[in-house]
Amino acid sequence: MTTAALNEIQSHPSGSVRAGLQDPPLVRAALVALALGFAALFLLLPLAAVFAEAFSGGLSVYWNAIRDPIAAKAIELTLIVAAVSVPANAIFGVAAAWAIARFEFRGKSLLVTLIDLPFAVSPVISGLIFVLLFGAQGVFGLWLVAHGVKIIFAVPGIVLATTFITFPFMARELIPLMQEQGSEEEEAAISLGASGWQMFRRVTLPNIRLGLLYGVVLLNARAMGEFGAVSVVSGHIRGLTNTVPLHVEILYNEYQSAAAFAVASLLALLALVTLVAKRALEWRIRQETRA
Amino acid sequence: MSIEVRGIWKHFGDFTALRDVSLHVEPGELLALLGPSGSGKTTLLRLIAGLERPDAGAISFDGEDATERSVRDRRVGFVFQHYALFRHMTVFENVAFGLRVQPRAQRPAEERIRARVHELLDLVQLEGLARRMPTQLSGGQRQRVALARALAVQPRVLLLDEPFGALDARVRRELRRWLRKLHDELGITSLFVTHDQEEALELADRVVVVNEGRIEQVGAPDEVYRRPATPFVFGFLGEANWLATTVDGRKARVGFRPDDLEISLGPLDGHAFAARVRRVQSLGARAKLELVSAVGALVQADVPAERVRMLALSPGAEVFAAPREMRVFFDDASA
Repeated sequence: MTTAALNEIQSHPSGSVRAGLQDPPLVRAALVALALGFAALFLLLPLAAVFAEAFSGGLSVYWNAIRDPIAAKAIELTLIVAAVSVPANAIFGVAAAWAIARFEFRGKSLLVTLIDLPFAVSPVISGLIFVLLFGAQGVFGLWLVAHGVKIIFAVPGIVLATTFITFPFMARELIPLMQEQGSEEEEAAISLGASGWQMFRRVTLPNIRLGLLYGVVLLNARAMGEFGAVSVVSGHIRGLTNTVPLHVEILYNEYQSAAAFAVASLLALLALVTLVAKRALEWRIRQETRA
Repeated sequence: MSIEVRGIWKHFGDFTALRDVSLHVEPGELLALLGPSGSGKTTLLRLIAGLERPDAGAISFDGEDATERSVRDRRVGFVFQHYALFRHMTVFENVAFGLRVQPRAQRPAEERIRARVHELLDLVQLEGLARRMPTQLSGGQRQRVALARALAVQPRVLLLDEPFGALDARVRRELRRWLRKLHDELGITSLFVTHDQEEALELADRVVVVNEGRIEQVGAPDEVYRRPATPFVFGFLGEANWLATTVDGRKARVGFRPDDLEISLGPLDGHAFAARVRRVQSLGARAKLELVSAVGALVQADVPAERVRMLALSPGAEVFAAPREMRVFFDDASA
């Protein structure tokens, strides 16, 4: 979801709803109860369950599950994948948003559609695409084998699949923001003698910095949590190609429920931190756009 | 600095924004580009600034060809319609921007920058607001920050796009007078775009009337107002009545302003015509009359309210009307 859409929803506090649109109190109460109840049942309860299950074996079981060398390796790999794919997509996102918001060019609407492709395709299919391209039997398979490059069932494949899945987040976040801000400030900077780089660093970047941060938060959450596509390309080699979500699945399949949830609680924690950061950033963005 | 624009064409897709436009701007002149929205006046300003590239034609500054020169190198000060202040910078940093981005070798020392910015803020009468953010300023104050920012790099030309467009009427009049004074003090060649004929006539040394991508007329305010070259100019610079007629066997249109109409109960000399009063609307010292001529043409008149009382005019009254001044435009000629 874009912040622009969010702002629209949130800029109508209940007090300002027109009286003509007010539903009877009973209907309102029912709707609120339904929404809250639904959220509690499907969102809060599972979250609580994750932590309850994680600590069901006591603190020491929890601690050991996280400190386990294979778990540590999975966490390390997840961090590496995020460290590559988040900056890569941040750079791509800024470039794409810039191109789309600032220029008219042939193929622009095609680019906009393509950016959304990873949202439309099931992650498993996305993973399979990479296997088809870079696997031993794939299009580039022979060449890769001949040159000793291993992509599928190795870290590069995981990074590629994650980058593909998280591809739209930054661009989707920045395009409406940059379109709304327009290019007058940038033209002003150039007319005052700034070079292209000076304009970008001193005018463009500060103007989109909150949107950029917001995008990074979303990108990061998705990159660390991605399961489907990564599952296809990783090969599930313990201690080598397992990310945190894959490690959780393996533990769970081996009936190590407490350990599985202990590691899963890390992801849940990441989700909570992401939510708080997202909320704080939305608040800051609203402050800035309102001012 | 003088500006020479020769044979400029500019297209945006299928739309032709400028058609073979040529213009000469004298050094130190304050020139208004006047026209309705979509007439191409802003495009012309942006072309002179270098923010757009012409499809054909040339632009030169002081006789030196600048068509291929980028905005960066043209040394023009551009004031945007919505000011385009850098929203995350203070007023001080906004004004200092042009000095800070200069190449290291030319960049003034920090205390020189400080002194120059305060000098400029003093000039635009915003001395106390250096540490404010753009959002904490009124429209008029933002406008003056934008002006100070543009002046910081000592531009050779000042270009202003609808400089008073977003301001309320009172602030607009004040700022107009102030800008004229500032221009006279600095003597910098300036062009501004406006769709407000009153603004153009009051402020500019010369007015360029633009319509549908062409220049209709260039002249001193009084000249374009008194001797409009085309029916468009006549109609755009003030309210106009049009009557069809034939002069020497050629079809023509006669244009005259509502306040140039003499009204009388008895026959008048000159080009008088008979008419019947259809509506009388009193507006303080002036009154607006709606007349219907003998051939059924609707004519607006703007006369002193006293005249209406004296002649005891009311709907249905038969009168004679004579334009004191009028312009004849032949249908088969452009002027």
